[in-house]
Amino acid sequence: MKISFAQGVAMAISESLAADSRLLLIGNGFVGLNMEARALLEPALREFADRILVAPVSELALAGAGIGAAMAGQRAAVDLSTGSFIFQAFAQVVNEAANVHYMSGGQTTAPVTFCSLAGMRSAGAAQHSHRIQAMLGQVPGLQVLVPGGADDAYHMLKWALLQSQNPTVFISHALLLGETGELTPGAPMLPVGKARIRREGRDLSIIASSITVPRALEAAQSLERDHGFSVEVVDLRSIAPLDRDTVLKSVAKTGRAVIADECHRSFGVAAEIAATLAEEGLAYLKAPVCRVAVPDVPVPFSPPLEAELTVTADKIVAGALKVLNAGSTMRRPV
Amino acid sequence: MTDLALDKLYGFYEQLWRIRLFEGHVQRLAAKGEVPGFPHLSTGQEAVAVGVCAHLAANDYVFSSHRAHGHVLAKGSDPYATFAEIIGRQDGLCRGRGGSMHLVDAANGVMGATGVVAGNLSLAAGAAWAAQALGDGRIAVVFFGDGATGAGVFHETLNLASLWQLPLLFVCENNGYAEFTSREEHSKVAKVSAFAAPYHLPAETIDGNDVLVVNAAAAAAVRSIRSGAGPRLLECMTYRMAGHYVGDAQRYRSKEELAAMKEKDPIDRLRAHLTQRGEPAAELEAIEKRVASEVQAAVERARQAARPDPATVLDYVYSQPLSTTAEA
Ligand SMILES: Cc1ncc(C[n+]2csc(CCOP(=O)(O)OP(=O)(O)O)c2C)c(N)n1
Ligand SMILES: [Mg+2]
Repeated sequence: MKISFAQGVAMAISESLAADSRLLLIGNGFVGLNMEARALLEPALREFADRILVAPVSELALAGAGIGAAMAGQRAAVDLSTGSFIFQAFAQVVNEAANVHYMSGGQTTAPVTFCSLAGMRSAGAAQHSHRIQAMLGQVPGLQVLVPGGADDAYHMLKWALLQSQNPTVFISHALLLGETGELTPGAPMLPVGKARIRREGRDLSIIASSITVPRALEAAQSLERDHGFSVEVVDLRSIAPLDRDTVLKSVAKTGRAVIADECHRSFGVAAEIAATLAEEGLAYLKAPVCRVAVPDVPVPFSPPLEAELTVTADKIVAGALKVLNAGSTMRRPV
Repeated sequence: MTDLALDKLYGFYEQLWRIRLFEGHVQRLAAKGEVPGFPHLSTGQEAVAVGVCAHLAANDYVFSSHRAHGHVLAKGSDPYATFAEIIGRQDGLCRGRGGSMHLVDAANGVMGATGVVAGNLSLAAGAAWAAQALGDGRIAVVFFGDGATGAGVFHETLNLASLWQLPLLFVCENNGYAEFTSREEHSKVAKVSAFAAPYHLPAETIDGNDVLVVNAAAAAAVRSIRSGAGPRLLECMTYRMAGHYVGDAQRYRSKEELAAMKEKDPIDRLRAHLTQRGEPAAELEAIEKRVASEVQAAVERARQAARPDPATVLDYVYSQPLSTTAEA
């Protein structure tokens, strides 16, 4: 069946509320302004109203309450709405949730899921456009899920809500909410921690996550159609855990890599992938890797400025052509 | 309160209309897809901005929320540059970088709106501290919504302001909602002014839809703050006649509630007051007409203004170039 990303989120929440009476929702946004998904979610919000807490604008305390409830044996999902607002909750997410298990020497766990609607959403300007995954990737103890399709949104959120024992940040993207994908009811999910080959190819690997997945797929199509290249697209699905093996395997096959990432260029997800390729995959590379990421500037309000920064399919194509047209062997400096 | 000079009353009337009409254009053009993002209108809440800013000098500091258009205009910023910012043009207050939720007009004391609820309450405390340290007679004012009281930093800032006896006026626009959640659903504390008492911070709850009431209360508060008597809080009870943002379907408000808001309209109330005083309707209509054409001209000019050049996207990240080597 065809579902949208937002519907996947709504279904995962509804089904999880029904499946586990310990699950508590703090806040009730979760699907942004997507009205179809809201309609899907509403029956569950009504049915399980006693486990849904109306949230004041108190991100710090809400996140902490979710952590505490989880430590005390419940399972909690905290809606932190726009990704940038996780900063109001950072002290609890980063310095409490992530450390609870470690600092207690394994005595306590916090199976809480923080839901964030992050990303460059079109005119969100600097304060509503953050991509938070790279920052969170710097926090051992947190799982960071960045699904790039409706199927994964459904499966991975449901896994986080029902099965994960670790604190998780589930990152949706405002512009992914309407993206549709095929979901086979009852089909097993690819485990969290495995990247997904969204498209197979021989000449180049595009490594993508979250919003850059559909854009990478579009780029791959046009590279094939307009330039005759066979392009593989690797969807990372999660930043922590990070499936380095699948990335390396893909690049071992293609010999070339473009990393499409909506984080800032410096210290971003793309930087981590590039470092992995430099450390463990140099022998496979026929050309230097290319990061197609967002320049190190806050996201501006005005659309032509924002467009200049956006990681579009066209920019991925341009990065790919650079890599594809680079010399067939990497030269060592003499 | 009623002994205000007529020109003052006409001045209020004009300012209320300026904001109302300005935001009417924002709404109209948003519907046509000309306004990027989700602007938040202050329609129905204009009396707070006008009544408070009437007591501020250009160099007094104003910090504002995501619902900032009214504050910025009432502080005296140029409607053209303000509108140009809201539609993302190079001539905008922030050269198109900020937008509706991040209006800044530093030369005019508008230190910044913020898209983060409660994001700049403590910044206002810092500015107030600076004003006090410099002894230049300025004060700082921070406008925020009732929703912001859910944030810890609101309470922390009340404490700081009280502890440091800052020249700071907290102005809460209590419109009864934080987004789609009513005040009753997000707090057991009905009055925001009640939060001030434990910090020994004088506070009052007033009718924020009567510009004369706001004007009188703000006059007293500002006078006291300027005299060095420390911070104050004004809770202005008001009502947002528009949705939370332009496009909000407003399913959370009943028809009765929406119908009742017409009586709360601050413009109607000031007009009724003036009419009662026997002021001629023709005078008021003349003001409306003049403001309408002034605002219309600013909006049309802004619509013609150039968009920022994408080549400049890396500008303004740092105020001093980042340098990897120390320069002599
Ligand atoms: C830290 C943070 N959390 C959540 C939001 C989303 N948000 C935008 S406006 C708003 C409600 C604010 O209510 P209030 O302070 O009463 O202002 P009003 O909109 O009523 O003027 C919320 C929750 C935000 N902008 N910032
Ligand atoms: Mg409010």
